[in-house]
Amino acid sequence: MFLKPYARSLAIAASLAVLAGCSSTGGTQDGSAAGTGTGGTMGGTGVGTGTAGSGQVSGSGYGTDGAGQMADGRIPEVRTIYFNYDSDAIRPEFESVVNAHAQYLSSNPNASVVLQGHTDERGTREYNLALGERRAGSVERYLRLQGVNPSQMEVVSYGEERPAARGSNEDAFAQNRRVVFAY
Amino acid sequence: MRALNASWWTRRVSKTVANTSLAKRLLAVVAGMLVWLAGPAAQADLTIDITRGNERATPIAVVPFADQAGGLPEDIAQVVSDDLERSGYFEPLPRSEMFNQPSTSEEVTYGDWRSLDSRYLVVGSTSQEGGQVKVRFELLDVSGETRLLGETVTASSSDLRGAAHYISDQIFEEITGIRGAFSTRIAYVTSQGVGDNTQYGLYVADADGRNSQQVLTSDEPIMSPAWSPDGGKLAYVSFETERPAIYVQNLATGQRVKLTDFEGLNSAPSWSPDGRRLAMALSRDGQPEIYVMDIGSRNVQRVTNSSSIETEPAWAPDGRSLIFTSDRSGGPQIYRQSVSGGEAERLTYTGNYNARGRLSPDGETLFLIHRGNNGYQVAKQDLESGRLVEISDAQQAESPSIAPNGTMVIFATQQGSTGVLGAVTADGRAQFRLPAAQGDVREPAWSPFLN
Repeated sequence: MFLKPYARSLAIAASLAVLAGCSSTGGTQDGSAAGTGTGGTMGGTGVGTGTAGSGQVSGSGYGTDGAGQMADGRIPEVRTIYFNYDSDAIRPEFESVVNAHAQYLSSNPNASVVLQGHTDERGTREYNLALGERRAGSVERYLRLQGVNPSQMEVVSYGEERPAARGSNEDAFAQNRRVVFAY
Repeated sequence: MRALNASWWTRRVSKTVANTSLAKRLLAVVAGMLVWLAGPAAQADLTIDITRGNERATPIAVVPFADQAGGLPEDIAQVVSDDLERSGYFEPLPRSEMFNQPSTSEEVTYGDWRSLDSRYLVVGSTSQEGGQVKVRFELLDVSGETRLLGETVTASSSDLRGAAHYISDQIFEEITGIRGAFSTRIAYVTSQGVGDNTQYGLYVADADGRNSQQVLTSDEPIMSPAWSPDGGKLAYVSFETERPAIYVQNLATGQRVKLTDFEGLNSAPSWSPDGRRLAMALSRDGQPEIYVMDIGSRNVQRVTNSSSIETEPAWAPDGRSLIFTSDRSGGPQIYRQSVSGGEAERLTYTGNYNARGRLSPDGETLFLIHRGNNGYQVAKQDLESGRLVEISDAQQAESPSIAPNGTMVIFATQQGSTGVLGAVTADGRAQFRLPAAQGDVREPAWSPFLN
């Protein structure tokens, strides 16, 4: 089942070990791992998975869920990761989510994903569009290092144009600084 | 399915004195994937809300025009008065303070108006003739007791506002020596809803926010409207294919073409002053860089070359250089570079966030978004002295766009958590907002002169 990505560094090997661990303990929630394998029919996008209205985005919770519900033949359930202000660095608590997508894409070479980059509303729109691309690009680079074939990925930045949450406050900003894995 | 809708507007003003035709007659062409949505477009007119008056504004009295036409749908003198007030140059006398309401210069007793401290006086009347409305007006200098202007304007009853804006233009230019920009338009983007249900719209309205017409609707984002120098077309970015692409739409015919859909960003279109080229930010070669496309041949030439973000290009009025935002120094700053290449010159040094620059029509002043102690504000920088001053007092200002006569800057801001348009005089003395009835409004683009 596991198509091990070509491990290029110790760090990647280590994160894969974590991933494998989570995956085996998490198991399959409903017992049936029957995905289509292509993932192309999933239809529903990951947009809007940010918690509506409620307070802080809880990073670690997402990470655990992401790995826990992962199975080789299924698109990982958690498809949104969040970023710090003015940063394109993947937060440690979201590495397991990204790893789960790397695993899925490597195991399903026919699957493809659009990495949708988003920013919060502060600053100018066109510059934010560029920042959103940089953010999605950093996820793409990470996935590539995990061995995902670049032809399976596309980066599309939405800048601040598609907020997940409304409001000019830190909670909304935190939910809007994100990359969505859209299959 | 993506619902797209293009629509058009008609407007007509003819004048007996000045012989400039104002707007073009427009035709609807529905083509390709465009779907005509029947029924009235959602109203997106903007209202005016003056938030900072200019204490040094010139006092003027615009007397209600004697309505001999009977029951006109618009109060022309009020439209003129509002135009002049909004410019920041004038402070119109409230009607309640007028002793009398003359409609011709012969009826004027200058002493009355001197005692009210009015420097200028506008009087006029309307009459009906062959289905058209004739608007006669006079501009009087109160202290000199002289008539500065006297003119008759003919308009259809559906375009009395257009006639009023024309009158405002004449008055403004006569007194200030600056060409009026009241007969211009603004384009802007709207959004309603949140998440997947968000609806985006592209509109064009009169410069006072009225008479709005829908140009495009989509359930994917629309960005960066930019007027062609002849005022006939808009370039913009639409995500309707779920990727950003640059389109050019003819406002008269509704016809549009997709100009670019390179891999990655296709953003921030900006027309060259001669209308033949479009500067844009593309990331097809990696990082976003500035490119210039020859619209006729579709040839694309790369202008910048660095490992950082380059975006938000705008042309210098002479068409020889471009300004743009780059974060090559670590944060966004404005640079200028010759269109033919060469070294980029950094223009902004005040603070660590300066973006989305636009040059004044004379090329001597840079207007931009600056982040300082008051958050994101519209600022201007004198290019000779390098001195930068904030001119807006707004919440999260963005997207500044300069009136074609250089006297005002329109921008996007927030009122509560709703996006509204704001405008400020170039000297920062007067400021107003243009809130919409519903939804968010942003990315205003001021048209060139249309007459």
